[in-house]
Parts: sequence; C-alpha cells; structure tokens
Amino acid sequence: MSKIGNAIHEIHHMDLIAERDQWVNAIHPLIKFVITIAYIAVVVSFNKYDILGLAGMVVYPLAGFILADLSFKDSLKRLRIVLPLVCFIGIFNPFFDRIPVEILGIRMNAGVISMITLMMKGVFTVLASYLLIATTTIEKICYAFRLLRVPKILVTQILLTYRYITVLLEEVNRVTQAYALRAPKQKGVHFKVWGSLTGQLLLRSMDRAGVVYESMLLRGYRGTFDYIGSKAKVRPQDIAYLLFWIAVFILCRKVPILVVVGNMVGGLFV
Amino acid sequence: MHMADALVAPAVAGTMYVCSAAAAAYSVKKVRLENDPKKIPVMGIMGAFVFAAQMINFTIPGTGSSGHLCGGMLLTALLGPYAGFLTMIGVLLIQCLLFADGGILALGCNIWNMAFYGCFLGALLIWKPMMKKGMSRGKIILASILGCVLTLQLGAFSVTVETLASGITALPFVTFVATMQPIHLAIGFVEGLITAAVLVFVYEARPELLFVSDAVKEAKSRFSFKKTMVILAVAAVVIAGAMSLAASSNPDGLEWSIEKITGSTEVENEGSVYDTAAAIQETTAVLPDYAFKNSDSALGTSFSGIIGGLVVVGVCVGACYIFKFFKKKES
Repeated sequence: MSKIGNAIHEIHHMDLIAERDQWVNAIHPLIKFVITIAYIAVVVSFNKYDILGLAGMVVYPLAGFILADLSFKDSLKRLRIVLPLVCFIGIFNPFFDRIPVEILGIRMNAGVISMITLMMKGVFTVLASYLLIATTTIEKICYAFRLLRVPKILVTQILLTYRYITVLLEEVNRVTQAYALRAPKQKGVHFKVWGSLTGQLLLRSMDRAGVVYESMLLRGYRGTFDYIGSKAKVRPQDIAYLLFWIAVFILCRKVPILVVVGNMVGGLFV
Repeated sequence: MHMADALVAPAVAGTMYVCSAAAAAYSVKKVRLENDPKKIPVMGIMGAFVFAAQMINFTIPGTGSSGHLCGGMLLTALLGPYAGFLTMIGVLLIQCLLFADGGILALGCNIWNMAFYGCFLGALLIWKPMMKKGMSRGKIILASILGCVLTLQLGAFSVTVETLASGITALPFVTFVATMQPIHLAIGFVEGLITAAVLVFVYEARPELLFVSDAVKEAKSRFSFKKTMVILAVAAVVIAGAMSLAASSNPDGLEWSIEKITGSTEVENEGSVYDTAAAIQETTAVLPDYAFKNSDSALGTSFSGIIGGLVVVGVCVGACYIFKFFKKKES
C-alpha cells in the first residue's frame, strides 16, 4: 500500500477504535486529556540518568492498553517517526557524556544511560498519546479543548481540517497514482509539473471550500458546531480515574517504585 | 523537523506553549476582526490540503531524493499570516495526534518553530513587503524561496536551542547548530522552489486567490507589525524569565546544559562534573545513589530494580485483568 493509502487506512482505523463501546472510551475526554498531559510532563521531567525511576512510568501505558483492549503492535508503528529523531539526538550522548557509571556490574558512560532514558521517554510519550487518540475521537478531544477555553474559531477549523483530510488524501492518492501510471520508473513528481499538479489540486480544494461553506449554511451552520452531539458531563468515576492516575504519577515521580518493590520482594526471600 | 515530547523539558515546553498561545490569541483576534464567515471552511480545507499535499514526493533534479511542500509559506500566501497560522496549528495538532509526528507536550514548540516563523515572519517580513507594489512571477519565486529558507533556518535553530535548553543532548551547541543549519538550508531551498511552483501556477490561473490584495489595503490602514513584534517580544522575555526562575532548581534546565556545553569539562575535570552530577542525582532521588553507585550495592540496586519491574508489571497486568473481569461481569 502507498504512503497515502496507509495514512487513509490509519485514520479510518483510529476512528473505528476510538468509537468502540469500551468503558475507557466512555471516560470524559477532558479527564483523559489532562491525564495524558500530566503523564507526558512527568515522564519528560525525569533526570536523564534516572533510568530505574523512569521505568516505573511503564504502568500507565501498560494498564491503559490492557484496559482499553488495544494492540501494542499497532501502536509500535507510530514509533517509526519519533524513534529515528530521538535516536539521532541521543546517539551523540555516549561520545560527549563520558561520566563513568556502573549498571549491573558493567562499566559504561553515563551518555549510554541518558541515550536509553531518552528512547524510553520517546516510547512512553508516544504510547500515552496513542492511548488518548485510540480511546477518544477527535470530536471529543475538540470538545475538551472548548472546555479548556480554546477559541471556537480554532476548534472549528481543527474539526473541518480533520473531516476533509481523508477526502483530500483520497484525491491526492488518485492524482499521484494516475501520474505514476503515466510516468513509470519515476520516484516522485517531475519538477516540470510541480506547479501544475499540486496547483490544480489546490484550486479544486479552494472551490470545494466554497461548496462546503454553502452546504454548511444549508444545514443550519451559524458559526458553531455540536462537538459530540450530547455534551458529556464529568461523572464521579471520571474524577476517581483522574485522581488514581495522578496519585500513581506522583508516587512514581517521588519514589523509584521498581527498586522499592524489588527490595520488598527480595526481602521476603532473604 | 517536528520535535517529539521526549526532546523537551516541561519548563521549555511550557514556555513555548505560552508564546505560541499568545501568537494564536492575536491571530484569533485578527481573524475575528476580518469578520469573514467564509474564511473558516477555507481554512479547514486548506489545512487538509497542506496535510495531503505534504505527502506528495517531488523529485529533486540531479539527486536521488525528493522534497515536500512548505505548508507555512503556502498558507501565508493564500490566507494571510493570521488565518494561515491558525490553520497550521490545526495541521500540526492532527499530525501529532493521528500520526505521532511531533508530540502533545512539544506542540507549543512545533507551532512556534514551523507555524510562527512560516506564517508571521514569512508573511510580515517577506511576502507582504515584497508584494506591496504588485506581484510578478519573479517576486513570487524569490519570496517563496526566501520565506522557506528563513522559516527553516529559524525553525532548525529553535529546535537546537529548545533541545539544548531541555538538557536532552550532550552535543555541544556549536556542533549541533553546525549539523542542523546546513541541512535545513538545502531543504528550505528545495521546499521554496516547490512552493514557488505551486504559487506561480495559482498566480497565473487564479491570481485573486493570493493574499496580496488584502495585504496592500491592510498595510495602509490597520496593520501594525511593530506593535505585534513588541507585544510578542515582551511576552516571550517575561515568560522566559519567569519560567527560568521556576526552573532554576531543575537539573535538566538551561543552566545544566549550558554548563555542559561551554564548560566541556568532562575530559579535563572529569571529577568535578562527576561530583556535580552525583549531587544532582542525590537531590532528586528518594533513594540516593541508586542510579550512580559504583560500589557493590549498585549491582544489588539494579537487580532490585529489575525484580521490582517484573513484580510491578505482573501486579499491574493482573490487577487490570481482574478489574476487567469484574467490569464485564457487571455489564
């Protein structure tokens, strides 16, 4: 499948899993958004050598994936963009950060540790974002934005962009496929048609915007959208879910939970 | 050039969120003042267009590689700086949520690095002044190339500063800048050419769609670039100052990375840096030294960590399945 075909498939797939009838999906979008932001902020706040402390943060994505019945395999695909960038930045650490450290009896540079923590942070933050988007539709996330007082104009524009991404991706897919069939053995679009190929697409999109606006008016658009049909209210179980995870994050940030549990379990056998 | 969450410290992410939010609030105000209800669907569709068009590979003549369209400059030329900026925010948010291209926490950085420079500086410093006395093919090509090069150079420089300020990389500042800037100079030039080709096509087919006509009118009446820049500069300085004070006790902050970069003490004064790092570690960890001990207990601590990890994972997985079992029973 082509890159564009993959993107279309991914959007449809995300829409499907976000709309499932799971209890995690039913949690208020604002609560899930706040938890995700808090988790990511706590993860990136760990010292770059604090590998064991950071490892404790695995509990949130782990529990979230199990509770929401999500596939780890699907989420790993999302790492293909983040990991190369993170690796590029982190790969220099072992060469420039030569403080000696001993882990599991092996002497190494502190840079190796900071490189590993950077990769772990990359993986954890991507998994947390995936957990949010896989259990919350864009409409619900936009509703959370409105509750956070994000201007209506911006939220409406985000919703419209999202709505038309698949339409335009399909159009771009058709155009590039037609071009590829007429220009075999060519890697991309030839520079002689850079302007006309994309320009035609752009003009059609602009015309489409006019048609969209007219049809929105005909359907009663007066400058506002109903973000999720019925406005969801924060329930007591949503608050409990939030408090639980915030407490876990604070605990993991303050106490190297893996070491403490390891010592406790080890103590039972000694 | 999308920054990932892992590459920013919370203080840096927060600072950039506030700066981007200030620019967004100003843009929202400007778009509202225009009072053009048709603009919202156009912004939405153009956001989707940029998203889709960035997936087209454009062959770069004479090389084996391909380039992509520069969204910020294209949107600026079609919608103007304010609507273009808001549209780019939507594109960046969807890219980060749906495709993990960027991150939720790093969104403020990405908005600043890609949308702010492309839309505000690209429009106000390049597109508008150049098109003030009328448009031509040559001017469009030049403005597109200059705009894209400027956007990418400033964006790449900001990525470097934000990453270093977050204390993420041990790479020295000069080396990092010397790696990032030339690559993005070449990318900016190619993206400028692609953007220019599209804009020239639009200019020849439907010139009324380009931003210039509004720009000329606006430049004579309401526009105050100086005011915008002063407000944003003051906001950035105040916020950065406040955040740096708040972050001054944080070992991952600017102070730490500057010490790392300018001191280059790892080789010459290895002992002192080691002491500093160890002291930092001790102040942040509840169980001091557990990551840095070089004695026998380090081995024990590490094993404790592994055992603890296995137990925590086991308990977590078990608890989740029990919870799910009871939830299913309930329903």
